[in-house]
Amino acid sequence: MTTSSNEPILRVERLKKNFGGVLAVYDVSFELKRGEFLGIIGPNGSGKTTLVNLITGFVRPSGGRVLFKGKNITGKMPYKIADLGIARTFQMVRLFYNLPAYKNLIIPLCSSRVRRMRGGKYGEKDDEAVDLLDDMGFERDSYVPYKQVGTLPHGYLKRLDLARAMALRPELLILDELFSGMSMSEVASTLPLIEKFNREGLTIIMIEHRLKELFRVVDRVLVLNFGEKIAEGTPDEVMAEDEVKKAYLGIDVEIPPDPGTA
Amino acid sequence: MAERDFRKKRLDRGIKARSDTIFAVASTKEILYLLAPRFVPVAILLLLPLFLESYWNKVLVYACIYGLLALSWDFLASCGLFSLGQSLFFGLGAYIAGALNYYFHLPTVVTIPVATLAGGVLCAALLSPVMRLRGVYFAMVTLMLPLLLMKVVETTGVFGGTHGLSSLAGFPHEMLAIYLAIIGFLVCLFLFRRIMNADYGLILRAIRDDDRSVMSGGINIYWRKSQALFIAGAAGSFAGALMTHHYQFVGMSTFALDYSILPVAAVALGGPGTFAGAALGSMILVPLSEALRALGGLRIAIYCGILIVSIILLPEGFFHYLARKYHQFERIEKIK
Ligand SMILES: Nc1ncnc2c1ncn2[C@@H]1O[C@H](COP(=O)(O)OP(=O)(O)O)[C@@H](O)[C@H]1O
Ligand SMILES: [Mg+2]
Repeated sequence: MTTSSNEPILRVERLKKNFGGVLAVYDVSFELKRGEFLGIIGPNGSGKTTLVNLITGFVRPSGGRVLFKGKNITGKMPYKIADLGIARTFQMVRLFYNLPAYKNLIIPLCSSRVRRMRGGKYGEKDDEAVDLLDDMGFERDSYVPYKQVGTLPHGYLKRLDLARAMALRPELLILDELFSGMSMSEVASTLPLIEKFNREGLTIIMIEHRLKELFRVVDRVLVLNFGEKIAEGTPDEVMAEDEVKKAYLGIDVEIPPDPGTA
Repeated sequence: MAERDFRKKRLDRGIKARSDTIFAVASTKEILYLLAPRFVPVAILLLLPLFLESYWNKVLVYACIYGLLALSWDFLASCGLFSLGQSLFFGLGAYIAGALNYYFHLPTVVTIPVATLAGGVLCAALLSPVMRLRGVYFAMVTLMLPLLLMKVVETTGVFGGTHGLSSLAGFPHEMLAIYLAIIGFLVCLFLFRRIMNADYGLILRAIRDDDRSVMSGGINIYWRKSQALFIAGAAGSFAGALMTHHYQFVGMSTFALDYSILPVAAVALGGPGTFAGAALGSMILVPLSEALRALGGLRIAIYCGILIVSIILLPEGFFHYLARKYHQFERIEKIK
């Protein structure tokens, strides 16, 4: 099989998940080209997180397939999928609160994927972790990288979780509501970072409630409602659809709500 | 007024938090302050056999053997695997060493290392299928396995059945057995502490705290847990092999519940998570149990009583308590 440039990096085919009768994801299909930036939106409980969990192996699908770089990864263990190059952040961050911030990055830095990517050997992991945090805006000379995670403000934790995902050197990055809990200024400083990753070739799926920020950076948007895909296209296209307007009843599409007050 | 003139000051770890390798040590006094808690107990343990009579030296070997099992328990607990079957590790090591010597006449220099490694591999292989189970389910399986093996030996008569294998090779000198036990115990203690403080141990502890997060970092948690089972299994099997040759006998009793329960009690007494607690706990519990032997039937009751009271009074364990006191006491300074 050839991995030609126009073959999608990710292909989701009729993915389904029901949790004891609750259809969390129903018959969702989409494709993602290498280097593309896809946004996923939808009301609370529409199945966005479940879709991420299905792609990353944390939840086993009730039906359908997931293909990554042409390879069937449906139902594979999460570490195997991470090893293949899909990194994710968690809506509820999963960090180690009793460790210093930089030590949280040691875990992906110890993975066999990182060793492979570095040409078969590990680097000086502590230094690399601090470097990565530095790139993420936690300056090396500040106290932040060495502080216990438990003592850091919530907005920092989200960025730390992003750094943890990036430490894996992914080919596809999935961000699950990264901006929730971040302040306006934190969003403003994190967004350019994510755009930079995308410009450098990283394929990104971003789930976000802050539509204004999301629409500025994505190429394409997919809208979920009650587990089903109800629209797909450019931000303007999807927001013009009646069904999307209905799902987002009360939200003025032209001027998305101020995230600080919404 | 005396309370006004002095105050307690705790060791400032602010600098150490920035780097694990550089200690900011100001004086010889501080070096001593840091090293004494490591070297004094080691020195005492190494010199002790020279001053003890034969009976208490036997007790010391037992303390080291239970100590190894307690360390092994603490190691598994560090990655979230709670075992109630330390006797599985112990018995496997004991039987492998015994069988190699009995059937193939291999000398102790071969049987002990082989039993250590093969025991570790076997433990990992036997428990790997159940390591996806968490908490109490894993504990239940580990509790059952040694009892199951014991019944297999009893009913099929393999490895000497109920009679066991006797007249096995012993150690040329009793001191050799004693020092092998002590050194094995100390090596295990410091090795485990090193492993846990390294990135390798960081990942094991992270698996205990949040295995999903670790998986999202591309780490095969089941492979890591198998490795932890091997390491813990090898420590327990070494203890078993040592015991086999020390008593020149191996029997079904090596799978007995004592070897599963006492190590857990030792960790509970000493405090989990540091290995030093497990070591200290066994060094207290085993001699205590011997000292109470004179009391006959009441022994177990008193023994359990002491255990319960100390766990209630010091839920953090003896070691954490001592460590805290050490740092506080040493740092009393005068206020001018
Ligand atoms: N582990 C689970 N068990 C049972 N139901 C679940 C589980 N995870 C999600 N759900 C249900 O699936 C639906 C979609 O949830 P989710 O994917 O978290 O939505 P979103 O991320 O879009 O807010 C919800 O109705 C939720 O209650
Ligand atoms: Mg969600």
